[in-house]
Amino acid sequence: MTQQKPLLSVNHLKTYFQSDDGLVKAVDGINFDVYQGETVCIVGESGCGKSVTAMSIMGLLPDSSTIQGSINLDGEELTKLSKGNMRRIRGNKLSMIFQEPMTSLNPVMTIGEQITEVLLEHQVISKKQAIKKSLELIKLVGIGRGEQIIKSYPHQLSGGMLQRVMIAIALACDPKMLIADEPTTALDVTIQAQVLNLLQDLKEETNMSMLLITHDLGVVAEVADRVVVMYAGKVVEQGTVEEIFTDPKHPYTRGLLQAKPVLGSRKKRLYTIPGQVPKLVDLKPSCYFADRCEHCMEICTQQTPELKCNDNSEHKVACWLYEKEVVHQ
Amino acid sequence: MTQEAIIQVNQLEKKYKAKEKMFRKNTEYIKAVDNVSFHIEQGETFGLVGESGSGKSTIGKSILRLQSISNGEIIYNGKNVFQLDKKEMRHLRTKMQFVFQDPFSSLNPRLRIGDALAEPLLDHGLATKKNVKEKVMETMEVCGLPTYHINKFPHEFSGGQRQRIGIARAMIMDPEFIVADEPVSALDVSIQAQIINLFQELQEERNLSYLFISHDLSVVEHLCSRIGVLYLGTMMELASRDQLYENPLHPYTKALLSAVPIPDPTKRRERILLKGDLPNPASPPSGCKFHTRCPFAMDICRRVTPEFKEREPGHFVACHLVDKDETNT
Amino acid sequence: MSYSNNEVIQTDHITKTVQRSSLWKEVMKRFFKRKMAIAGLIILLLVFLFSFIGPFFSPYMTAGTNPQEIHQAPSLSHWLGTDHLGRDVLTRLMLAGRISLTVGIGAMLLAVTIGGILGILAGYYGGLIDQIVMRIADILMTLPGLPLLFIMAAIMSEWQVPAEQRLYIVMIMLSLVNWPSLARLIRSQVLSLREREFMVATEVLGLRDKRKVLNHLLPNVVPLLIVTATLSVGGAILSESVLSFFGLGVVPPTASWGNMINTANTLIDFTNRPWLWIPPGVAIFVTVIAVNLLGDGLRDSIDPNMKGR
Repeated sequence: MTQQKPLLSVNHLKTYFQSDDGLVKAVDGINFDVYQGETVCIVGESGCGKSVTAMSIMGLLPDSSTIQGSINLDGEELTKLSKGNMRRIRGNKLSMIFQEPMTSLNPVMTIGEQITEVLLEHQVISKKQAIKKSLELIKLVGIGRGEQIIKSYPHQLSGGMLQRVMIAIALACDPKMLIADEPTTALDVTIQAQVLNLLQDLKEETNMSMLLITHDLGVVAEVADRVVVMYAGKVVEQGTVEEIFTDPKHPYTRGLLQAKPVLGSRKKRLYTIPGQVPKLVDLKPSCYFADRCEHCMEICTQQTPELKCNDNSEHKVACWLYEKEVVHQ
Repeated sequence: MTQEAIIQVNQLEKKYKAKEKMFRKNTEYIKAVDNVSFHIEQGETFGLVGESGSGKSTIGKSILRLQSISNGEIIYNGKNVFQLDKKEMRHLRTKMQFVFQDPFSSLNPRLRIGDALAEPLLDHGLATKKNVKEKVMETMEVCGLPTYHINKFPHEFSGGQRQRIGIARAMIMDPEFIVADEPVSALDVSIQAQIINLFQELQEERNLSYLFISHDLSVVEHLCSRIGVLYLGTMMELASRDQLYENPLHPYTKALLSAVPIPDPTKRRERILLKGDLPNPASPPSGCKFHTRCPFAMDICRRVTPEFKEREPGHFVACHLVDKDETNT
Repeated sequence: MSYSNNEVIQTDHITKTVQRSSLWKEVMKRFFKRKMAIAGLIILLLVFLFSFIGPFFSPYMTAGTNPQEIHQAPSLSHWLGTDHLGRDVLTRLMLAGRISLTVGIGAMLLAVTIGGILGILAGYYGGLIDQIVMRIADILMTLPGLPLLFIMAAIMSEWQVPAEQRLYIVMIMLSLVNWPSLARLIRSQVLSLREREFMVATEVLGLRDKRKVLNHLLPNVVPLLIVTATLSVGGAILSESVLSFFGLGVVPPTASWGNMINTANTLIDFTNRPWLWIPPGVAIFVTVIAVNLLGDGLRDSIDPNMKGR
């Protein structure tokens, strides 16, 4: 990456929730940047904080949460914006697609109404122009028969179509940044391939940036430029997609890559990461992966490792294995 | 058939009534499963793959007689399952078991897991009140559940552990045959590997036969010895694992395989992208059901349903294209 | 309570070494975090004490009518004054509380028993049983409740049912009017439970019907049953008061909060002797609100889906 200014810059973001069991540190001090025109994937298992990160950026957190740190989008500090100003940005400069297209669309409004609604809200255009733009958008996301589609209701379309409609709505105001939270998880494999292709093409056409949140390493390898690996609310590794897949450093990243059965590579048994993700309540300073890690050392259970680079590249890892002075001990 | 078949499915057909329209005499039917035949050998894992609406779960449930069928027969060890009386069926339940996709909704939230596991043993008289606890703890250990969890409720477990409970419940009566309906698709990658390994270990220990239903082709490749590919309720291709993954004959199988994202950024491949969406199952396309999306569709495909024929030993496929190639050479 | 059936297995055969969590303990924990619900519970307890223990401390317990002391305003000897027959209003308020609470709870128990059993049967077995039960329920529900009660009460007066027995007949009447909606609710809960995968799992395991219903269905219905039962007590108390106010429910000399208000049925009584109608009115109001607060609190703390989902 060139040393330009990042489009989205997340710094020391902490998102905490108050629950019955105590304070849940869903996102606990994470940093990452997204530059113009690139795709960054946040990958991790359920409960690692990847969706909370997305919601924090979108400003869609429930009231029971507290947020610290900074989220800077194109020079604007999102955490300090009023609700009204945030709404102006959302759906305009910054938009999002969700996992379940079925439930994210209003069942009693036609597709056309739902697309034009966004346009009329954020742009100064007439209703006629909005409808014209909607038709263009529907064409853009690869659906034929636009006139027919804008008159139909969500239940008349299939899941893959609806996800395309969601993408059309998200792209309505030419966003600079698109956040996609598991956009293909609910879809069938062949439809997933179509949607991923579409997202890739759109990104190249419009030069927008994309933050893709997923648990599927296959999807990551297909679309990402850079990858952020999260575990228990922290970033454990960050690098370009080649770095992460060909030279994974953190034992968790390595474990994830080995645990997934891959087409064509037959093994007798799958590698497993023992145990499960810790509860995010009352965690003591330590590496949160320590109890599942096969390389666990004494220091891992006592101090939290920091995310840093250990060579000249941008490949960062939060693991004591790579801290030189520790290894010497 | 070298080995003895434990399950034989013959010309299975399942029709659902579609919306009954007023003032119209003939009701429309949706064929969820359309003339499907296959067998499962003793001790093997047979995989059923397909996208949503392919009828794979319906077949799994029909084999256990959890729903009615419209036509055809299911033979378990020489007995026609749908001709058994209530008492014989109850006995058969101890031999054939089911593992559900969602381990949360398939466990009674108000039953401690010790009781949930003890219940079938007591109900079928397979254990006395004295030795039931011993048997329960033994099965828990085999399934990787620490026995001190015996008095806990399902909501106190993580997703992976709940699936272990689901498996333990299926195993407790020491069955011969298990239908596993997408048992790992709700789980995280690292947990998925644990459960897949557990399935393999149990099979080796107990000489179990599995029907493994999944949409994930990489998992199926890892686990199954023979695989059937379903599309809109019809079997498109049936072959051994090596035949299917190394030499897929049906264009649908090829497309499915190429749509699976591979976690290796150096291998970004050209995909066979399928056009459009799954057709409405209430009015399936004429001829070959796949012709609307097939990149190689010919005139004959629209008119004539291709025959399901054996092309090489154990490799069946229903496709005109393959027929044509064969006549040409 | 809900899993007393399985308790048999547990206590006898499965380790007690491990600390056992209890679903009801969790419910209690959640319940005691809700201030309004606790307020409801405390008020209700006070009303009970007031009605059932209170009269023993009253010097007018045995005193009947007293022509010398009619229509007295509240004073030190009669805290809430006396009525047109010279009876102590406070004592009568306590005694009326007994009646109103008994009718409320009795009617609820009856309605819940009828509605619960019929709802479970209709939901679980479906088919003809479902048809019969639900059609009867439908018919009862198309008849407006209050007029129906009036008609039944009028018939009762016509047959000259003795005053002491009217209490029980009012209970039966109220439960007859209330069970259809309860049965409907329970039936729909059973129907949705039946589709849940754990019920399919009982089928896979080949369990007997009795076990399916008692171990799997019932424990999952009980929470809903408790909540609706609690909330329906409030409704029953109100209905009884309305009936008694119109002289069709519990009739004097037996006191109930409803017929106590009725004693202030002239404008003179209403404007000049507020001690006749304000105390029973407040009693009804406070009790019904307390019951509803308690029911809402229970509903929030017994969430059958529980957390982690």
